[in-house]
Amino acid sequence: MTEQVASKKEEEVLAELDSFAELPDAPPKRKFRLSWVGWLSVGIVVFWLLICVIGPTVAPFHEMDMEGDDSFLDAYSGEYGTFYLGTDYLGRDTYSRILFGARNTIGISLAATLLAYLMGITLGILAAVKGGWIDMGISRVNDAILALPTIMLGLIVIAALGSSIPILIGTAAVIYATSVFRIARALGQDIMVQDYVEAAATRGEGIWWIIRAEVLPNAAMPLATDFGLRLVFVVLFISSLSFLGLGVQPPASDWGSMVRENLQGLTYGSYAAIWPALAIASFTIAINLIVDDISAKSGGSLAKKMV
Amino acid sequence: MMTQMVFQRIGIGFATLMVVSIIVFLATSILPGDVAQIILGQSATPESLAALRTELGLDQPGYVRYFNWLGNMMTGDLGISKAGGATISSLIGGRLGNTMMMAGWVAVISIPISIALGLWAAMHPGTWLDRIVTFGTLSLISVPEFFIATVAVLILAVELHWLPSTAYMTGNETFVELMKALAMPLITLVIVVSAQMIRMTRAGILNVMSSPYIEMAILKGVPRGRIILRHAFFNAIGPIINVIALNLAYLVSGVVIVETIFAYPGLAKLMIDGVQTRDLPLVQACAMIFCATYVVLILIADVGSILSNPRLRNPK
Repeated sequence: MTEQVASKKEEEVLAELDSFAELPDAPPKRKFRLSWVGWLSVGIVVFWLLICVIGPTVAPFHEMDMEGDDSFLDAYSGEYGTFYLGTDYLGRDTYSRILFGARNTIGISLAATLLAYLMGITLGILAAVKGGWIDMGISRVNDAILALPTIMLGLIVIAALGSSIPILIGTAAVIYATSVFRIARALGQDIMVQDYVEAAATRGEGIWWIIRAEVLPNAAMPLATDFGLRLVFVVLFISSLSFLGLGVQPPASDWGSMVRENLQGLTYGSYAAIWPALAIASFTIAINLIVDDISAKSGGSLAKKMV
Repeated sequence: MMTQMVFQRIGIGFATLMVVSIIVFLATSILPGDVAQIILGQSATPESLAALRTELGLDQPGYVRYFNWLGNMMTGDLGISKAGGATISSLIGGRLGNTMMMAGWVAVISIPISIALGLWAAMHPGTWLDRIVTFGTLSLISVPEFFIATVAVLILAVELHWLPSTAYMTGNETFVELMKALAMPLITLVIVVSAQMIRMTRAGILNVMSSPYIEMAILKGVPRGRIILRHAFFNAIGPIINVIALNLAYLVSGVVIVETIFAYPGLAKLMIDGVQTRDLPLVQACAMIFCATYVVLILIADVGSILSNPRLRNPK
C-alpha cells in the first residue's frame, strides 16, 4: 500500500518533471523588429555618427575659413568654390561648419552621457547592493540635484567656473547621472530580491560576482533604452547652453552656437540659422522615434487593441 | 493619513529648498580667486584688500557667511549687483513681474488646448489624426526650444510680416501693443509646453484605459466617448493635475531660452546677463527664485495627486 502510494507519487513527480522539460530554459529571445520609420531613424543616427568621424575630412572648407566675400549669402557657386547652404554671418561656409560641428555637438553629448552612465550605474548599483547609510546618503543628495531645473544648475556652474569643453562634459554628466542613478538603483533593488540572486548568495558567491554575473546582465536592456533618451536630453542641454553663448565657445563650430550666431540673418532672409537647428532636430527626433518604436513593440494592452 | 502625507511632502519640499540654497551658495563660492580681488583689480594694495574682505565678511568662516547670506535673502535683502552697484532687489523687481505675466498667459492658453487635444487623441487612438498629434508632439519635445522659436520667427516675422521678431517693451503700451510684443514668445512657449502636456494627458488617459473596470465597460458595450468622459477622465484627473504643475515647472528652462531670443526684459534674461558678466550675487538671487518656484510647483503636483486620489482622501 505504502509502496503503491510512493510509486504513484513518483509518477506524478516524473510527469511534473516532464512538463517542466517542455518549458524552455529561458524566455525566447525577443526579435528586434522596427517599423520603416524606426529603420529610417536608425539610418539618420548612423549617418550623423559617421559625420562625427569623417566630417572634417569631407567638408569642402575648414570651419574657420572665411572664404566668401559676404555674409549671409544664399547657396551659390563662386570663384572660391560651391557653398551648398550659403554662408554665415562671417562669410564662412555653413555646410562645412555643420559637418565640423557634429563632432562638437554629438561628441560632447556622447562623452557626457557615457560619463553620466558610468557614475549613475556605479553609484546606483552600489546603493542598491549595500543599502543602509550609503544608500540613504547618496539618494538624498541625488534627490536634491534632481529637484532643480537642469538649465539652472548649468547656469550656476558656468557662472562660477566659466565655460570650457571639460566643464561642459562634467556638468552635463553630473546632472544627468542623477536620473541614471535612480533607474539603476531601482533596477538593482528589484534584481537583488530575486530568487536567483538569493541562490547565488547561498552558494557563497561574493558580492562582486553577483553584481557582474546577475545584476548587470539583467539591468542591461532597460538601461540601454534609457541611454537613447538620456542622450537626447544631453544634446538639448548642451545645445541650449551653446545657444545662450555659454557652451562651446567661438570660433569652434557647434550646432547650438551656430543658430545663435546667425539668428540676426533671419531678418535678411538667410537660412544660416535654420540648417544647424534642423541638424539637431533630425538627430534628436530620430533617437526618440527609435526608442518609441522599441517601447511600443514591447508594450501592448487589451484597451490599446480594443479601443 | 492624507494630511500626514501632505505635511510630509511640504517638509520634503522645505528640506529640498535648504539643500538648493547650499548648492547655490557653494557653487558660486568655489570661484577661483577672491571677490575682493576681482572688485578692486590687480593693482589693489594688501591693506585695501583686507579692509574690503572685512567689509564683505569674507574673513569669516564659510558656514557663517552661508547663514548670513540665507538670512539676508529671506528678509528680502538680496545684496548688491557687482556690475553697476545697484541693489539686486531693484533690478529684479520689474523683471520678475514681466516673467510672471508671460508664464501666466502661457498657462491660461496652453492648459485648455492641451487637455482638449490630449483627450481627443486618447478618444481616437490609431486614427491618422491621432498619429499626427502623437508624431507632431514627439517631434516638438525632441527639438530644442530655440528651434521652435527660430522657425516661428522665420514664418511669422520674416515671411509673413505679421509680428515683430523681438519683444521690445517700453512699459506704457496699450493692451493690443502689449499682446503684439508678447505674441512671439507666447506662441513659442505655448507650443513647447503644450506638446509635453498633450502627450502626458493622452498617456494618462490610455493608462487608465487599461484598467479592469474599463475593460468591463468595454465588454458591456458602453460607447467609447462615454467611457472616456465618465470613467477614464475622472480617474485620470490626478495624473493630469500632476502633468500641468510639472509642465509649468518645465517652463523655467523654456523661459530662459525664449527671453534670450526675443530680448524680453524678464528675470531669465537678467540672469543670463549676470552669468555672462559673472555677477555672482545676481546669479545667486535669480537662481534661488527660479529654483524655489520650481520646487513649489513640483510640490503642488505632488500634493495635487495625493488630494485627487479618493482612496487617500477618504481613508477606511
